Amino acid sequence: MYEAIVLLPLLGAVIAGVISLVGAHNRFPGAEPGAPHDDHAAPLAAEDRAHGAPSADMAGSTLPHTGVEEPEHAPSAAGSLGAELITSTFLAIACLLSWYAFYDVGFLRNEARETLFSFIGSADLHSAWLLRIDPLTAVMLVVVTTVSSLVHIYSIGYMEEDPYKPRFFSYLSFFTFAMLMLVTADNLLQLFFGWEGVGLASYLLIGFWYHKPEANAAAIKAFIVNRVGDFGFSLGIFAAFYLTGAIDFDTVFDQAAGLVGKNIHFLSWNFDALTVVCLLLFMGAMGKSAQFLLHTWLPDAMEGPTPVSALIHAATMVTAGVFMVARLSPLFELAPNAKAVVTVIGATTAMFAATVGLVQNDIKRIIAYSTCSQLGYMFAAMGAGAYSVGMFHLFTHAFFKALLFLGSGCVILAMHHEQDIRKMGGLRHKIPFTHWMMVIGTLALTGFPLTAGFFSKDAIISADDVVQGGAAAYGFIMTTLAAALTSFYSWRLIFKTFWGEPYDRHHYEAAHESPKVMLVPLAILAVGCFAAGWPFVSIFTGHGADVFFGTSLKLGTADTIFEEVERLPIYVELLPTAMMAIGFLIALWFYILRPDVPVALARDQRILYEFLLNKWYFDEIYDFLFVRPVLWLGRLLWKGGDGFLIDGFGPDGVSARVLDVTKNVIRLQTGYLYHYAFAMLIGVAALVTWFMFAGPH
Amino acid sequence: MYGAQLPSLVPLLPGLVLGIGAMALLMLGVFRGQSFGRVVDFIAIVLLVVAGAVLVALPPGKLTTFGGSFVVDDFARFLKVLALIGSAAAILMSLDYAERERQQRFEFSVLVLLSTLGMLMLISAADLIALYLGLELMSLPLYVVAASHRDSLRATEAGLKYFVLGALSSGMLLYGASLVYGFTGTVSFSGIAHAAGQETGAGGTGLIFGIVFLFAGFCFKVSVVPFHMWTPDVYEGAPTPVTAFFAAAPKVAGIAMFVRTAVMAFPGITGQWQQILVFVSIASMALGSFAAIGQRNIKRLMAYSSIGHMGFALIGLAAGTSEGVQGVLIYAAIYVTMTLGVFAVILAMRRSGGMVETIDQLAGLARTNPTMAFFMAMLLFSLAGIPPLAGFFAKFYVFLAAIKAGLYVLAVIGVVTSVVGAYYYLAIVKIMYFDEPAESFYSMPAELRLVLIVCGLFNILFFVYPGPLVGVASAAASSLF
Repeated sequence: MYEAIVLLPLLGAVIAGVISLVGAHNRFPGAEPGAPHDDHAAPLAAEDRAHGAPSADMAGSTLPHTGVEEPEHAPSAAGSLGAELITSTFLAIACLLSWYAFYDVGFLRNEARETLFSFIGSADLHSAWLLRIDPLTAVMLVVVTTVSSLVHIYSIGYMEEDPYKPRFFSYLSFFTFAMLMLVTADNLLQLFFGWEGVGLASYLLIGFWYHKPEANAAAIKAFIVNRVGDFGFSLGIFAAFYLTGAIDFDTVFDQAAGLVGKNIHFLSWNFDALTVVCLLLFMGAMGKSAQFLLHTWLPDAMEGPTPVSALIHAATMVTAGVFMVARLSPLFELAPNAKAVVTVIGATTAMFAATVGLVQNDIKRIIAYSTCSQLGYMFAAMGAGAYSVGMFHLFTHAFFKALLFLGSGCVILAMHHEQDIRKMGGLRHKIPFTHWMMVIGTLALTGFPLTAGFFSKDAIISADDVVQGGAAAYGFIMTTLAAALTSFYSWRLIFKTFWGEPYDRHHYEAAHESPKVMLVPLAILAVGCFAAGWPFVSIFTGHGADVFFGTSLKLGTADTIFEEVERLPIYVELLPTAMMAIGFLIALWFYILRPDVPVALARDQRILYEFLLNKWYFDEIYDFLFVRPVLWLGRLLWKGGDGFLIDGFGPDGVSARVLDVTKNVIRLQTGYLYHYAFAMLIGVAALVTWFMFAGPH
Repeated sequence: MYGAQLPSLVPLLPGLVLGIGAMALLMLGVFRGQSFGRVVDFIAIVLLVVAGAVLVALPPGKLTTFGGSFVVDDFARFLKVLALIGSAAAILMSLDYAERERQQRFEFSVLVLLSTLGMLMLISAADLIALYLGLELMSLPLYVVAASHRDSLRATEAGLKYFVLGALSSGMLLYGASLVYGFTGTVSFSGIAHAAGQETGAGGTGLIFGIVFLFAGFCFKVSVVPFHMWTPDVYEGAPTPVTAFFAAAPKVAGIAMFVRTAVMAFPGITGQWQQILVFVSIASMALGSFAAIGQRNIKRLMAYSSIGHMGFALIGLAAGTSEGVQGVLIYAAIYVTMTLGVFAVILAMRRSGGMVETIDQLAGLARTNPTMAFFMAMLLFSLAGIPPLAGFFAKFYVFLAAIKAGLYVLAVIGVVTSVVGAYYYLAIVKIMYFDEPAESFYSMPAELRLVLIVCGLFNILFFVYPGPLVGVASAAASSLF
């Protein structure tokens, strides 16, 4: 059964991929399969060389003139329907099986380890492809397959006009496969495999519309920023192997207890071994989950198709970092300093992303910053030791954030690919269903009582409140404040999009509700926004978590957390809800009652506004600190190192010297007989002289 | 003892066939006139084939006559067959040329036969006098044929240069021979070997001086640096069939003389003459590779190519081992096929205006005559030493022998210069395949096509079944040691 869950998406990806390749071959007869890539790649490379512009965005900007004009309304690739149905059906089956697995593992306690085959066996290093199914994995299986299958179905409608549907569905299914490999991993290597697999899928899907230069740049950016995190991640794996001699979770966790207080000696410093390992691994999580400092790729990733944003950049892939910390909770429990770092980073991200989200105007970017912020919440909970609470938020977040993204996809489709909320307005009359779905998603996101987000977010804030220490206190303050901001920007989005007066009559009149195939997934997710909350409270928090998760999560200190949470004064419990209400009221005042106020505020607080609008200038800072120096270095090595040194003294220089030698040698051949005779005599004389002085041996 | 007894003439039989045949053909030509030239050519080819057959039919093993100064062993058989093939091919390839250029002279074939007779004697020579006799008998006809285009200024200049420098080299060789004789008291190779083994001190230096002069004469014949200066001028100036003849058979005989003298006469002092060979082969490989790059005339280019290739071949001799000699023999055999094939193409470079000789005229040959271009390209790749063509194995065996003999520097320089040399071969391939086609050539005469295809296929398919050649070369090499 578990093999089926994991491998059905792979099978779907392969079938859709074959359909895509065959279709491409037929579409571009004479060219190799995959020709549509080459059509663009070739001129890109040529332009690149011609202008000497290695940077992705510069090269990309030359594209539209050179490439084949993208057929906006070209006929769909052959076999589109087949690819859609096959991948969606496989995902639906995997989803049903996952829910059964969730019941089987979580409540009947039938944990499983299914070995597929061994992978690497070299000296002390052993790893196998192994599906580890425990309650933690079961939760992730449910989240991944549910959202993925809904997104597949939704995409059938959303991608209706796109000619390359088989490729899209192939990528989507491949992503799902990689994600499932990630969550079922039993060792760090398989985890890393899934990690890189989802990274690849993310890259491919962000750049799915490769004829858009921004999409290419965003895809590359996502990939490179993730490399930074992955560098730390792989170092963490090496360190774990170095310390424990194994990479499978059970052995590593068993050995970890003995490592407390041990040091790693590196150069001339001593570091606490477990802290180093945990921080390095967390660095990978920061990259994948777009945490503060490594968050810059996530908003740009919104260049991809909206279903992709919903699946990868909201519900599943970006939560891989959270999942990893949960999976490695036995390690993190032994490294309190690392936990503190996790809390601080998480809380900072929650606050930072929320502030940026306040002033953004792109509907998807607002939700992207919201995702970033909510991931920060999850890490804040993880760092406090409340792993099950973090997982709870991951679980609920998947539903309401996927709902918000898919809803915004309907809005974008209705507005003919307009994403700027300033140019919307009044849409609740034209697309009422989408409006209500978005409102439900917003309620859940902001933590309105009885929605899923209410339970999980409150649990995080409470958990941070009861845990002792500066980091947790910081986490409590930040998450509480961020709750108000979340409420504000979420309602701002709703008000500016669906309320008020239409900005553009023409577009407004043309707006229409999306087809059923897109609305049904919205409805299912909307149900999830309620159903994922209260029914699951008992298994994610309190003593139920201990029973449910068993050994798959280390809940050592969590027991006391839950006990203390129950003793919290009532005003603390009400605090997040109060914050939510404040945010809502301000948004209402700003955008419904007195629309002139935010304009005036932005004018009066110009610096602050610009600071937030430009995302704290992170892109500019990174551009200055990293991108430019690297480009400079690259140019130096290219022009100076390769062009001047290697070519000059290597191939070009050598060939020029050869010609010089040739010229001189030819000049020896004068045509005069006496020169020739002279050469012979000189030759003999030289040899005789040699023997006279060097002497016979 | 029986007083004066006629020595056994059996080992001489192939030579006798050629000698008597040549004189008979001379009579035939003189009395029947130039119109009979064609017949003379054919008979000459037949005589060469018959000589080869007689050679192969000789009793096996080592045959000696004339008091040990004439030896027929496996080494001699191998190289003689090669020389006969080279001469026969040269006459064959001259047929069409002679007809079209109105250069039909029966003397050419007769002179080739006489020169070949000299080669056979040279290859079998086992003392210094026999060696000199063979050498001069080989060389004198060569001087004549080089200038056989009597009306051409370049041909006569080439013949004259060759003759003067050849005389100089003969002088050196004789001087060296006299020194060797003076210090060892004998002219027979086995006697020299015996005496040289005991020589030490100052006498040793004198003997080595003799070897230097002797080898200078040899070097001239195989055209290695610094005794190579005649080669480009003669290759370019002489009529093309003559150049084709020069490039193959005399080189084989020269190598045979070089190897036999070095190995049989001076086996005890390998370390001494090895130094000479290391020097000349490095100089040849380097000059052959670099100078050829600047050439536009394909005959001149082939001259530098032959200088380079002789340098490579001598690497094997420098190793001074049986393996090295085996390498030299394989190299000589493969080199003959490569060079004959290329000259078949050069001889076919004829269009409405007459013969052309510059490389640019080959432009776009792949489109005007794909078969010719293909075989030419294969031969050029083979000359450059690119696997799996035969030229690669030729180099491989000599480099292997050099490595085993500890001559690492020589082997490395050899590899480096072969890389430099690859440039100009590949440049021709590029011109043939990628440049805009020039005016197409007349269709290739049948005999040239035959030579080209046989040589081309040999070079392409050698790697499939190298056993026979390698085996025969191995047996031939071991017959010297």
